[in-house]
Amino acid sequence: MSVAEVSVENLCKTFHVGKQTIQALNNVSFSLKPGQVTGLIGPDGAGKTTLMRLLCGLLTIDSGRITVSGLDGATQAADIQASVSYMPQRFGLYEDLTVQENLDLYADLKGLAPGQRQTRYEELMKLTGLAPFTGRLAGKLSGGMKQKLGLACALVVTPKVLILDEPTVGVDPISRRELWHIVYQQVEQAGMTVLLSTAYLDEAERCAEVILLHEGKMLQQATPAIFSERVQGRSWLVSSPHLSNRQLQLKLSQLPGIIDALIVQGGVRVVTETADISFIQPSFDAATSLQTKAITPSFEDSFIDRLKQHNTDTGKTAITAHIAAEHPSDEVVIKVDQLKRTFGDFIAVNKVSFNVNKGEIFGLLGANGAGKSTTFRMLCGLLPISSGHCSVAGVDLRHAANQARQNIGYMAQKFSLYGQLTVMQNLRFYASCYGLFKKQQQARIQWAIDTFELEPYRNTNTADMPLGYKQRMSFAVALMHQPDILFLDEPTSGIDPLARREFWARTNALAESGVTVLVTTHFMEEANYCDHMVIMANGTVLAKGTPEQMKQLAQQENQPEPSMEDAFIYLIEQQMNKQSARQKQVSTP
Amino acid sequence: MSHNPRLQRLKGLVRKETLQIIRDPSSIALAFVLPIILLFLFGYGVSLDARNIPLGIVVEQPDAATQSLSGSFEQSYYFSPHYFQTIQQAETALKFHQIQGIIWLKQNFARQLFSHTQAVIGVRVNGVDSNQANLTLGYIQGTWQDWLYRYARVQGVKLNIPIEAEPRVWFNPAVSSRMFLIPGVVAIIMTIIGSLLTAMVVAREWDRGTMEALLVTPLSNIEFIAGKIIPYFVLGMGSLAATVILAIWLFDVPFIGSVGILLVTGALFMLVSLAVGLLISVLSKNQFVAGQVAIVISFLPAFILSGFVFDIHSMPAAIQVITHIVPARYFVAILQSLFLAGNIWPIILTNTAELLILLLIFSRLVAKKTRKRLE
Repeated sequence: MSVAEVSVENLCKTFHVGKQTIQALNNVSFSLKPGQVTGLIGPDGAGKTTLMRLLCGLLTIDSGRITVSGLDGATQAADIQASVSYMPQRFGLYEDLTVQENLDLYADLKGLAPGQRQTRYEELMKLTGLAPFTGRLAGKLSGGMKQKLGLACALVVTPKVLILDEPTVGVDPISRRELWHIVYQQVEQAGMTVLLSTAYLDEAERCAEVILLHEGKMLQQATPAIFSERVQGRSWLVSSPHLSNRQLQLKLSQLPGIIDALIVQGGVRVVTETADISFIQPSFDAATSLQTKAITPSFEDSFIDRLKQHNTDTGKTAITAHIAAEHPSDEVVIKVDQLKRTFGDFIAVNKVSFNVNKGEIFGLLGANGAGKSTTFRMLCGLLPISSGHCSVAGVDLRHAANQARQNIGYMAQKFSLYGQLTVMQNLRFYASCYGLFKKQQQARIQWAIDTFELEPYRNTNTADMPLGYKQRMSFAVALMHQPDILFLDEPTSGIDPLARREFWARTNALAESGVTVLVTTHFMEEANYCDHMVIMANGTVLAKGTPEQMKQLAQQENQPEPSMEDAFIYLIEQQMNKQSARQKQVSTP
Repeated sequence: MSHNPRLQRLKGLVRKETLQIIRDPSSIALAFVLPIILLFLFGYGVSLDARNIPLGIVVEQPDAATQSLSGSFEQSYYFSPHYFQTIQQAETALKFHQIQGIIWLKQNFARQLFSHTQAVIGVRVNGVDSNQANLTLGYIQGTWQDWLYRYARVQGVKLNIPIEAEPRVWFNPAVSSRMFLIPGVVAIIMTIIGSLLTAMVVAREWDRGTMEALLVTPLSNIEFIAGKIIPYFVLGMGSLAATVILAIWLFDVPFIGSVGILLVTGALFMLVSLAVGLLISVLSKNQFVAGQVAIVISFLPAFILSGFVFDIHSMPAAIQVITHIVPARYFVAILQSLFLAGNIWPIILTNTAELLILLLIFSRLVAKKTRKRLE
């Protein structure tokens, strides 16, 4: 067996926040095999970032041992820092320096000899596709390009150990693929040892080995195949020609014996407790003609299965319906026509048009910087429109903003809670903002506490709550005044798969009860929850329709069953081809 | 050419910092626009001297003596007299801030002038601004005594004034507050660049998350500190030169001392300011907090407690003790000596020694607190 490049023995780390003591890492031991990519996964607050910072010598070790490239983590931290390459979650690019200047800085800091620079730069620029942009300020790059530049800076001197903290978060699918390609290329070429944390479970399947952390403890270290084995024979695709996926999912998720029910293309993906699914049949009418099909388990199935064993609280409580259930009707609630917004000479949103019907979930999909949030803010009347029209519930928000806002719930991308106030204080404050007082207020607050299971945190300051609970809190606040229309801006960004499932279960229930939901997301697979959607890139709408229609667009011989991500990539490539063709036309008159 | 990794790292960091300074309009504004604004403000706007004080004169019984006295006030460039018939009218004008003070020449002014039995003039001064009131009072007294002395001679009367004061002002013969203030402005500007700007830029690295990436490189503590200090040191010295030249050229402030001493003590003061700035940013790690703290513990004391505007010797004893840890205090003393009096070695040497001690203390603290850790 080869010698481990990185080894960790009985590592513990606690933090003290005020009076609270948080055990971030509890007796973690593992070793990384050299020359391969190891994935570090786990829900929020599992201790992933703490572990990576400890490995880089950025935090002091409470107890246990870290060895990196033969160096001791407690006594030789400075030497470890000099030898490993680390890309933090918010990569430290200097936004006021150009691509080239950032590279130069890291080449200087990491001691790349001037003679070797030219070849290394060329290599990295070719790999990242940043060659045409070397003179551009890093702050003016797109999210994906920034991440690639960050990676290039980390790789400017080929390190033995590369530590990447969520390098692909919020990055568009194409850039994600490219980032993975770069990492793999470097591993093969230079035999680098890579530790990479990620929130995307499909990425875990690309790793040679996976370490699963949960609440500071290491649950398992194994290959993705071994992980998936535990759910062998327990993954199914359930569909019905008579029930919508949403109704099916709602019902399935509440059945005992079902660990996970997730809306995917063509039905609901189900993980059962045992290798038998026939027990669900009695819960449905014969008329629904339920079809079940065994499918190959994915890494995500096993991840959820593992974590649900540790989490008793599964968030199965559905939101109580407050509006008479109606099926999506043809009544147009939100109308967007040729919407445009410019910031200086930058066009953030360019001639965007779409309609949203009552009671449907409408998705705005796209990478960071595609213009989703800007569109949203204009719809909510928070940002003036440069040109075009939009109306919500028949009201132009520019003119009757306050009146229309009574019907709208808005959940901003950043949690707009007062961190120094407790859950109850926040709820009371927002309830009075919406004009709810006395009995009415009490009733709504109780509803929020019950529905979102906030009871244990009643008197906790919201700043000290886990991320998933903060997200629930924001959701509760947005629903305080029982709005008919709900705007959710990146509600699932940065939260883990468990919390995401919980969030979608609640949103589904809301839509079933007749609330119109407009949601933005950069997780392509979440498109499956939407009735209709638009895909946005660089401020324009690339395509609109149902998720099925989107996927059909990308259907080709070599890609008979494209995923939403494939469809997205296909659309982006189409647009780029069109652009380059247009440029050619211009250059050859 | 052999390449030295240490030097290369330092060079890289200095170049990066320099580019950031050039591209960030706010640091340029702080380093070059603010000095000009401050110079103009203290050169033209703020004046601690009294000129053309509006003064009410009430003459109840005009005669040759009152005429002569009011003539004296009219000729003085400290006053611009306004005449009133009755004391009541004058007092109303005082209440409405139309005049700063009142000279009340009572009915039997000329008769009782030399009688030594009764006060013949009454003086009222608006005491809301005590500084201004004292000045006004002083000028009135001066003008009055001056007139009295001359008038007595003309009338051939022997006057018993016990002590004749003959004031002579040293170092600032024109008694112009501008001469006194502008050297101090230099110290203020260098404090802003050294402490405020530096505190903000290091804290910015923490804020924007660039520090975390910077820490996991072979960069050592000393290299990091040097990489931050060098560009801002150059910027501060450039600003020093610019302010001194402007002060001499634009405001005709004399410069009697030696340029060499100015450069050496200026460099020393710059280093102390930088050390304070680095200490603030290392401890606060947040741009907003660093900015606030820098204003409260370096900029404001440099303004108020350095002897730049307010004389340290007239402060309460407890405050005087506090001024000893304000670096600007020592540099202001050196600057005022160099500008107005020349190379006064006792002043320059003791204050330089004090600055050296502060530098030692602050740089030790910076070295101790700067760690390549997040905790």
